[in-house]
Amino acid sequence: MADEQNAKSMSIIVTKGTLDWAYPPFILATTAAAMGLDVTMFFTFYGLGLLKKDMNLKVTTLGNSAMEMPMMGGHMAMPNIMAALPGAPALTTAMMKNLIKKKGVASVEELREMAIESEVNMIACQMTLDLFEYKREDLIDGVAIGGAASWVEVATKSEINLYI
Amino acid sequence: MADVTLDAKGLNCPLPILRAKKALKDVPTGGTLEIQATDPGAVKDFEAFCRTTGNELVEHHQDGNVYFFTIKHTA
Repeated sequence: MADEQNAKSMSIIVTKGTLDWAYPPFILATTAAAMGLDVTMFFTFYGLGLLKKDMNLKVTTLGNSAMEMPMMGGHMAMPNIMAALPGAPALTTAMMKNLIKKKGVASVEELREMAIESEVNMIACQMTLDLFEYKREDLIDGVAIGGAASWVEVATKSEINLYI
Repeated sequence: MADVTLDAKGLNCPLPILRAKKALKDVPTGGTLEIQATDPGAVKDFEAFCRTTGNELVEHHQDGNVYFFTIKHTA
């Protein structure tokens, strides 16, 4: 929400929809809005999942070769191969959600709610909706539907444009 | 004594900032908000928040593991 006219603007292209990658766009969007910037988020490809009514986000060790989890005072490496074990993604998701709660970190749902409250503009990519066969009703209310041109228009007027 | 006090202890980034922004709405212009936080990152963040929004960071200090910030609602 802009406190004054001629406020600075920020846009974020959100392309990822896992529990870990959901954080940077929502943290930056809510904080920028709190600091008086006009914020627009454009959700495309897997990022579109962050607009679903029921997010049910997960995190996997696969492709996260640097991933470590605090464990009994040390850190346990989470090798890629772990992701192949039955129940491993559920385990890593549960571990991370547990840490999030324990460390006073906001849930993604909470951050998204705050983004809506602070009037962050959210645009869902029409092409992604078609591609992955989602319906408008699958998404939360208050989301605009648009395409690349919608983002480009916003981006040309924004001081900060991020791709996450 | 601040006009409004916000307990943000135990909350992690960016919640202290987001809660403070919300709390500032209930502070009349010229009034003060005291924030209590345990997030060490909040020290740099409240300085940045105030510089960017134009609100005045009147003072901040630490008592044990709790950080106290007093912000004057000027913007």
